[in-house]
Amino acid sequence: MSFLRELYLAFWRVAIAIELQYRASSAIWLLGVVVEPVIYLAVWSAVAEAQGGEIGGFGPHEFAAYYLVLTLVNQVTQGWHMWEFQFRVQQGQFSFLLLRPVHPIHGDLAENLAHKAVMQVVLLPVLGALALVFAPRFDADPWSLALFLPALALAFALRFVVEWTLALACFWTTRIMAVNQTYFAVLFFLSGRVAPVELLPEYVRFAADALPFRWMIAFPVELALGRLSPAQIATGFAAQSVWLAVAALGLTALWPRALRRFSAVGT
Amino acid sequence: MSGGAALEVEGLGKTYVVPVREAGVRAALASLFRRETKSVVAVGAIDFRVASGEVVGFLGPNGAGKTTTLKMLSGLLYPSAGRARVLGFEPWARERDFLRRITLVMGQRNQLVWDIPVADSLERNRAIYGIEATRYRRTLDELVALLDLGELLQRPVRNLSLGERMKAELAVALVHEPQVLFLDEPTIGVDVTMQRRIREFLAGYNRRTGATILLTSHYMADVEALCRRVIVIHHGALLFDGQLAALVAGFASHKTVTVELAEPRGDLSSYGEVVSRDDLRTVLRVPKADTPRLTARLLADLPVLDLKVEDPPIEEVIERVFAGAPAP
Repeated sequence: MSFLRELYLAFWRVAIAIELQYRASSAIWLLGVVVEPVIYLAVWSAVAEAQGGEIGGFGPHEFAAYYLVLTLVNQVTQGWHMWEFQFRVQQGQFSFLLLRPVHPIHGDLAENLAHKAVMQVVLLPVLGALALVFAPRFDADPWSLALFLPALALAFALRFVVEWTLALACFWTTRIMAVNQTYFAVLFFLSGRVAPVELLPEYVRFAADALPFRWMIAFPVELALGRLSPAQIATGFAAQSVWLAVAALGLTALWPRALRRFSAVGT
Repeated sequence: MSGGAALEVEGLGKTYVVPVREAGVRAALASLFRRETKSVVAVGAIDFRVASGEVVGFLGPNGAGKTTTLKMLSGLLYPSAGRARVLGFEPWARERDFLRRITLVMGQRNQLVWDIPVADSLERNRAIYGIEATRYRRTLDELVALLDLGELLQRPVRNLSLGERMKAELAVALVHEPQVLFLDEPTIGVDVTMQRRIREFLAGYNRRTGATILLTSHYMADVEALCRRVIVIHHGALLFDGQLAALVAGFASHKTVTVELAEPRGDLSSYGEVVSRDDLRTVLRVPKADTPRLTARLLADLPVLDLKVEDPPIEEVIERVFAGAPAP
């Protein structure tokens, strides 16, 4: 255990040093993270006003709460390995990762967490300022709020494992962009980013419930807003756990095959 | 397989399956429906053994299969055929204890983190290999002294010259004190002084730690300085495995004779092919078998001040091996 602790500390230190090197690009990245939900917030607020003040229980202040929390959840859960893997394979960088006596997922996880930690320093004040402008309304019970952090942690784990597993596709195809685009398009629509899932048409909602995407982003947001019944909360945690188990099993099964497939492109 | 050998390779081969298509739109459209592939043999079936502590030069022209072999032996590639043992491990099983004991240095690439000081990359590897603190300190001090890293440690990698980067890469690759080093062109692109330093460092490392080294290089000076034994591979097949001296003896068909005379004596072409000539000094290329007779004649016929018989430069010998020219 102390080996893993030291390993993560070392990865973490390196990752933070790199993050601090790239302050400007991180700031631009953050801008992207914030701008998208603010645009949806503005659009949906305008639609709600036009519909007489609300749609499906969402008024401008509910939308504000929804999109501010969504910004945080999206930032905390997001990853970039699906893009990074293609680069690694093409540049032959995977060779170095595979020469190490530790699974490469550890370095990626530590780096991901380091990025999130550094970015909170900026993101939280920005969200605070946006809250002053948009006046969000929260209706959550204390226990819903208490469950927010575990739900967020599971959402992160689920998204991380799913994306890392999908990224392994780059061992079979050198055109992983197509896989990435498809994944991110579906994620975008079914994870509650384009609109809260409960406002989507019924058949889309059905798909959102059945697939893992909603549980990666929308679920913790809905929980924080107090929009879920105890039964829905239980369902959410169950869905997160089941999908996480499925993804972890998939990763465990795929990894040795990916290694076997690996033929060191870019020799 | 028995003890004493660090590397044991039997019938090891790697065949890549690569897609092929003709140039042009028609071929591109056809490939949508029927992808044609062909097998490319990178390494045929090669056999060799390397004893523990040996330094072996692994030579061959570009595309001979050197890097593919090193990658198989370091566990990065699955072979298509044959077997190999490195320190008793099957490399592609990628056991932790195996990975902890080896390193692969690729001169064309490095594992250093571009934007942060070298010291951070070293520290990261300390954690990855779980190196205990005092041992790490000692190894690092040694590496810093031997490679003259000093103030380099605190500089971001992007600010290092190519040669400095190679030194740093060697330190990062060796900080876990591997017992087997696979070095793929470790001196490529660096200047002559730095090449010599790296060579001296590697020779010293081998002496001190008894590590086994398998090294590829296009610089024959590296091979001459480090390797008594060479393995020559071409088109994925083993052409030669033995002492460097035997390679020269076996494949050099000529010797170089340099003769210095007390007074000018005109043309010496009746003794051999004249390679160069100034007033009193002539360099001749003579068939190896004729060398004793010709030198005797030179000494008998001419006022010789000095006479030197040498093997041709190793590059020339290797070229002959690659050309498939048999020993005369």
